[in-house]
Amino acid sequence: MAESKHLCDCQQQVDEVKCLKRLDVVIKEYREKPGALIPVLQIAQGLFGYLPEVALKRISLGLDKSYSEVAGVVGFYSFFSTVPRGRNLIRVCLGTACYVRGGKQVLEAIKKHLGIDVGQTTPDKLFSLEVARCFGACGLAPAITVNDDVHQRVKSAKVHEIINSYRKVPKGKAARQKRVKS
Amino acid sequence: MPKVTIDGTSVEVPEGTSILNAAKLVGVRIPTLCHMEDIHAIGACRVCVVEVEGAKTLAASCVMPVFDGMKISTHTKRVREARRTVVELLLSEHNGDCQVCDRNNDCELQALAHELDIKSIRFEGVKTAAGLDTSTPGVVRDNGKCIKCRRCVAVCGQIQSVGALFPQFRGFKTVIGPAFGADLETVACVQCGQCAAVCPVGAISEKSHISEVWKALDDKSKTVVVQVAPAVRASLGECFGMEPGTLVTGKMVAALRRLGFSAVFDTNFTADLTIIEEGHELLHRLTLAVKDKKPVALPQFTSCSPGWIRYMEYFYPEMLPYLSSCKSPQQMFGALAKTYWAGKVGKKAEDIVVVSVMPCHAKKSESERPEMNDSGVRDVDVALTTRELGRMIKEAGIDFTMLPEEGMDSLMGASTGAADIFANSGGVMEAALRTVWEVVTGRELPFLNLHVPPLMGLSGIKQAEATLTGTLPAWSFLEGVTVKVAVASSLSNAKVLVDKIKTGEVSYHFVEIMTCPGGCIGGGGQPRKTTNEIRQKRINAIYREDEGKKLRKSHENPEVLKIYAEFLGEPLGKVSHHLLHTEYGARQRV
Repeated sequence: MAESKHLCDCQQQVDEVKCLKRLDVVIKEYREKPGALIPVLQIAQGLFGYLPEVALKRISLGLDKSYSEVAGVVGFYSFFSTVPRGRNLIRVCLGTACYVRGGKQVLEAIKKHLGIDVGQTTPDKLFSLEVARCFGACGLAPAITVNDDVHQRVKSAKVHEIINSYRKVPKGKAARQKRVKS
Repeated sequence: MPKVTIDGTSVEVPEGTSILNAAKLVGVRIPTLCHMEDIHAIGACRVCVVEVEGAKTLAASCVMPVFDGMKISTHTKRVREARRTVVELLLSEHNGDCQVCDRNNDCELQALAHELDIKSIRFEGVKTAAGLDTSTPGVVRDNGKCIKCRRCVAVCGQIQSVGALFPQFRGFKTVIGPAFGADLETVACVQCGQCAAVCPVGAISEKSHISEVWKALDDKSKTVVVQVAPAVRASLGECFGMEPGTLVTGKMVAALRRLGFSAVFDTNFTADLTIIEEGHELLHRLTLAVKDKKPVALPQFTSCSPGWIRYMEYFYPEMLPYLSSCKSPQQMFGALAKTYWAGKVGKKAEDIVVVSVMPCHAKKSESERPEMNDSGVRDVDVALTTRELGRMIKEAGIDFTMLPEEGMDSLMGASTGAADIFANSGGVMEAALRTVWEVVTGRELPFLNLHVPPLMGLSGIKQAEATLTGTLPAWSFLEGVTVKVAVASSLSNAKVLVDKIKTGEVSYHFVEIMTCPGGCIGGGGQPRKTTNEIRQKRINAIYREDEGKKLRKSHENPEVLKIYAEFLGEPLGKVSHHLLHTEYGARQRV
């Protein structure tokens, strides 16, 4: 069987076997805990960058939850993704406050700049684009997140600056720089 | 105990009682849709709303517990209009096709619309996308008709521990179904059809094979024979408005003959045969364990219920050696009809069509198993549900209730009371004990009226034990052995039992498992809708059928004795091994 490559949160190309091994440890740790499914899915998404079928099936067996139930939970929450994402995940808030303060225009500007639609990933695998409903940062509207960074009062004309700041630096480093800045 | 007033009538009810159940006590009927007694109360559909004095909003009576002094009105203008709005909204997206729907005239949503006097639908909206899933042998799903009540999710997950169906996606896009909205064949589904049994609308049904049966009956080059499962005779009458628990064995035979079947046979015949084979298999395993001190898979699990077989293949593949190798009575019948009976009447197996009538969806799946062709061709050609037979009888214009009582045809039509009780949870075990006890001791099973009371009734897990004494010389090694047996119905109960057996917490010699709650009388293919009250009535009817028979022990069935003398030779013999026994294989769970 050909081993497919995934992006891990450690920014290194880690093969699927290693990710699955780590997932097994997580499943074992959570197996007896009530409400284990969502945290395990979150950790798995952190490991693989998304939720591949092989991981979901491993979780289904490991937590003794039916595959349909696991899939139902994954499909319900928009933060879970079953398709691979780019190195950087951009989420544009279209909750009420962000929407009325121009979130839609921000989204259009990002789509135009990256040349992709919502749910897609750029051909160079650098950026994926999603929309979200409310980060709970309504006072900062319109807000977007790039990975774990929240960008406030974003202007459509300036989205290219935000995006470009993620082009060269690895994900972890960008986050560190931002923390230093604030 | 809280005292409440419902529509002006006061009643005292236990703490925690729902408004719905309190209302029942004073004879007030509140309409429901998603609710299933004792199984599923989630207040999802809002059809059961009532007005509570002092409360700002209407309350869903199925989930709202009463409090002392509560004043409830169940049919005020506000309540009536809310219910009507709810049902109209459901209808506005329901892709129903009522006139050609499987559930036409048997649909809870249709009945509710009628009951609430809905004459028009005020809301125009997008219809739920239709999506027909015919991927499995026994169950058909149509998402367009689904009203998302989640009854099927509750039975599949809680009652059956299978979890093939679950809400997928969210909001208007929600579909109730297998993982990621894929077809049912992509997940572990045991084909029990309990989802279809509880579906209030036409979203889940059996895969209809009626047209195949008509086609065979119309083909003059074919000899079409039919076998009927024990449970059908206690429920078929319900398709014609008869009281649940009415025994219709004779009328059923008459109806089948009028439909044009060449011979009307009884799956009971092979149920008796199963007892002989499975009983001897148990004795063989006991001999190995007790006399020869050899390692052997004990307890032996029954293998009549094909949903249970699929469950083991998916969820406990390591336990497959514990299953009896006996085919189910349906499949034993098919293999024998196309060999033994074919020889008797001078027909070739390929010219015989075997139709079975079963209370079951999984029997359809079982009949399609590729290994079930020991007669040289497919052993059972078509498996119908009780409901499908009801429909065929109606289509043929037969006035069922006016039919005379007729008897089964001979050679494969005789049966004892032991075969009848296969329909009830605990029945196979009782039937097996009636025979095994007598084989080992030479005396009748020492229980009143040949029944084993601890194994009767609707409890999910039942057990019994009895010590063998006065054994015949050939079985003296069993002298003093306490035989321990257990019975479970519904797969969640089976899971509890199997897990305990696996850890060694409990140990038994013989375990009966039936996929559906209460056994086959509560099968997924039975007339809708099945409640515990109806299950009990069917169970009582089956025991009446048993007690009304002169012969009540499988080893006394004259046609079973004849088939061993003329065709099979001996139990577990070479012919039996070839035609009556089978093997199982692990299935990938995900």
